[in-house]
Amino acid sequence: MNQVMHNISLSRFTNGRANLRRYHQARWDEPVIFELSQRGERGVLVPELEQEIAVATNQALSGLPHGMLRTQAPRLPEMSQNRVLRHYLRLSQQTLGADLNVDVGQGTCTMKYNPKINEQLARDPRMSELHPLQDADTVQGMLHIFHQVHALMMEVSGMDAVSLQARSGSQAIYGNFAVLRAYQEASGTYGVRDEVITTIFSHPSDAACARLLGYRVITLYPDADGYPDLDALRTALSPRTAALIITNPEDTGIFNKKIRQFTDMVRAAGGVNIYDQANANGLLGITRAREAGFDMCHFNLHKTFATPHACGGPAVGAMCVTQELERFLPSPKVVLREGSYAIDDAGPDSVGKVSAFMGTGSIVLRAYAWAMNLGAKGLREVSEIAVLNNNYMMHELLKIPGLSAPYAPGKRRIEQVRYSWEKLHADTGIHSEQIGIRAADFGVHYWTSHHPFLVPEPATIEPTESYSQADLDEFVDVMRHIAHEAYTNPETIRSAPHNCPVHAVDASVLDDPKRWAITWRGYQRKLRSQEAKQSA
Amino acid sequence: MTNSIDVYPYIPNSVPEVKARMLAAIGANSMEELYAEIPPELRMQRPLSLPEPFLSEHRLKRHVQSLLAKNKSCAEALSFLGGGCYQHHVPAVCDEINGRSEFLTAYAGEPYDDAGRFQALFEYASMLGEMLEMDVVSIPTFDGHQAAATAVRMAGRHTGRKVVLVAEHVSPDKYSVMQNYGRSDLEFRRVPFDLATGTLDMGRLASILDEQVACLFLDNPSYLGVIQDGPAIAAAVHAFGALLVVGVDPSCLGVIAPPSSYGADIVCGDIQSLGMHMSYGGGHGGFIATQDDEALVMQYPSRLFGIAPTKVPGEYGFGDVAYSRTSFDKRENGNEFVGTAAALWGITAGVYMALMGPQGMRDLAHTIICRNAYAKQQLASVTGVRIPHAEQVHFKEFVVNFDASGKSVQTINRALLEQGIFGGHDLSHAFPVLGQCALYSFTEVHSQEDVATLCAALATILTK
Repeated sequence: MNQVMHNISLSRFTNGRANLRRYHQARWDEPVIFELSQRGERGVLVPELEQEIAVATNQALSGLPHGMLRTQAPRLPEMSQNRVLRHYLRLSQQTLGADLNVDVGQGTCTMKYNPKINEQLARDPRMSELHPLQDADTVQGMLHIFHQVHALMMEVSGMDAVSLQARSGSQAIYGNFAVLRAYQEASGTYGVRDEVITTIFSHPSDAACARLLGYRVITLYPDADGYPDLDALRTALSPRTAALIITNPEDTGIFNKKIRQFTDMVRAAGGVNIYDQANANGLLGITRAREAGFDMCHFNLHKTFATPHACGGPAVGAMCVTQELERFLPSPKVVLREGSYAIDDAGPDSVGKVSAFMGTGSIVLRAYAWAMNLGAKGLREVSEIAVLNNNYMMHELLKIPGLSAPYAPGKRRIEQVRYSWEKLHADTGIHSEQIGIRAADFGVHYWTSHHPFLVPEPATIEPTESYSQADLDEFVDVMRHIAHEAYTNPETIRSAPHNCPVHAVDASVLDDPKRWAITWRGYQRKLRSQEAKQSA
Repeated sequence: MTNSIDVYPYIPNSVPEVKARMLAAIGANSMEELYAEIPPELRMQRPLSLPEPFLSEHRLKRHVQSLLAKNKSCAEALSFLGGGCYQHHVPAVCDEINGRSEFLTAYAGEPYDDAGRFQALFEYASMLGEMLEMDVVSIPTFDGHQAAATAVRMAGRHTGRKVVLVAEHVSPDKYSVMQNYGRSDLEFRRVPFDLATGTLDMGRLASILDEQVACLFLDNPSYLGVIQDGPAIAAAVHAFGALLVVGVDPSCLGVIAPPSSYGADIVCGDIQSLGMHMSYGGGHGGFIATQDDEALVMQYPSRLFGIAPTKVPGEYGFGDVAYSRTSFDKRENGNEFVGTAAALWGITAGVYMALMGPQGMRDLAHTIICRNAYAKQQLASVTGVRIPHAEQVHFKEFVVNFDASGKSVQTINRALLEQGIFGGHDLSHAFPVLGQCALYSFTEVHSQEDVATLCAALATILTK
């Protein structure tokens, strides 16, 4: 008997560092759900009508106007319950949730851990079975949570009043512009002051929402050091200036030291200052909108405040404003009166409704639970570690040949960095998008940047506080490996992905009206029409 | 006891040794150094003033549960609230799928690493497309109100006209959202409804319509629950080259004709009824649908997912259709704006439609119509109650008038609440022309016994 124990772990490391994962995502080759249909199968049954109701209402449809009765049953798939479950579980396995990966590559999105206890609490029937029109006496717990989250947002921003009605960051941006319009209408400047100034590194919704509400958009470009250009602002300001909307730090992660000068200049010119704080993850308890001279800001609860991103919502954008603008906030508002909470109409100056009811209550609850677990010291720890992780990441990533961090060399960054693969591209012809697709082969996400690509071949990395040093090292190793491939074996990158559920998509059909198909029925119709033409 | 710790369970690198090691690695002496770029006058000079935290998961759970205990939910009470948010049975599989880590915590991955997200949302749009008999359905927008607001803006861009007609019997909140969202570019005018029937006033519509009108927006079934004459409305609107934009509750479509069948050009609505809990307004998502007319498709601000071949034969791929429409691509020169909205509810609505199938959707709509018809009959026999639009077919809700009782809805609802009943939503402020009225909602979860309980409670309260 000479059987020896094998040290399996040894082969998992090279020079003391863990090897890259031999990752492969699930590939179920799953049909489109309509192809799984079997006539007659049922997934769930509807409560049957009581006999007495059935008899009493057998003429219930007779009063329908002509043409209002459906003539053909909807062609939904017919499937038993477990087959539906299995199909969607397979699709879920083909989706790389943040819970499963070192999700630092979706920069600007603040992919942090969404605690499971908060999920459990939000799914409690005393939350999930609340109707938004219930009497205030029956939702005192919920209203307390709204009130407390208002207080939290006020403390973190220094603003005086809050609305949690907006269902996302972009809707909060829109809501803040609606407040601006209402304020201007009240002061007689709407239509006179009709320009909004923003920066090219600010979120596309900052510019888009301004336009939506009738403003002309002026976009500032960064100066040579990557900061928003103060001289350009000076030139842009005029008696037509309604507002400045700006992020700080911008996606570069470089804190704009002169921000107070920006807001002072805008105020002196008669404009309003709006701070896009969708992502405030590096700044909790560090610096606030008020001290920087802002009149409004918003926070995405699904970013900084740890509620799940949910494939893109549901979400909440908290709108925060100064006292002067409070009366314009959306209706209704939660007030504490004689020891109990009430829901009041926000009054005649309010913009009215930004979204249905009080917004996304279940998300507000999750953010509340998150903050109540951490407290003031914990929130500050969140920010400090997010910034530490980011600077550590930058330090490690910049050792990779072909990668740079444009602007402000040697300066510390806040919560994220916009990198550039410009040199790697010049050397190898590989684009940043291709690196992102190849990264998926290793089980991580990677995002370039919003358009336009002002930083050439951009990549935006935001580590948040949720990842360990080893996690960050692993992501860096993936980037290093791909960069090495670019120089040595670029074809592997060009033909990626290899380890994902699907291979390279022929995206040309998606921009061709003759071939695009946005539903299965649309796809089938176009195929039939093509076949008819071919056989004709 | 002090509520202070150094190491936080959600923050791996809060471990002091690790922190020190990482600081050393980047050549920093302290955390403060990392914030060197923030001018001192902008730095917060004191700790945030927040309540003491509940550091352990157990204490946190007890604290939040103690707050939840101050709520009384529709699972404990007998609720007849509707008005845009509805109590339905949520199949267990819907919760199972939207609670999966993979879907719950995914965000904006590519069609490769997030292939399942793309396929699930394409399938959602496809199944809703079957319900609506339309070939294009958007990825969910925030809620049905927002969907309506965007739909009329799309109509404005498509027609190049500025006037939007909105029926007076839409939810006041929905109208507020639409007006707020659209009024910088559009001019809103109202079309009254007939008080006797609860349907759109066709005579007034004819007198208001002209060639300036981009579209008419109405809900069908209406906010007051009435199913209206879609074909007649479509004919009137189209005669002036205007578009018909219809808001519809998709849960009626197993029995009721889809708006496209009577000529609606843009259809929108809310998907909360398709497998989402009410969650105090957290269960909403909006949809927008059209036929596959390129000019209309190019007016969507929302993401649209399409099916596409991959380089492997037989493999389904997916991706964004006509991305250049969006603000993601064109900032202020895209259509409106796009961003995070309610995608998880789209996936869930897909699960719901697949579970229900054609027969389930038919049974659902049928049972809801019958339960409303039955509730109307029963309530009409209660002294002091009148059903103003009794002769109409109602879906999910109808108006109940209490004028004859001499009592206000507020008083009645107070009394009902004491008996553990949430009475219908009070309409007396938003629709004073209706008198002391409430909107009572009945879905598949309301049994014959529930109706009897309500009628008995009202009989007692109204005769007191």
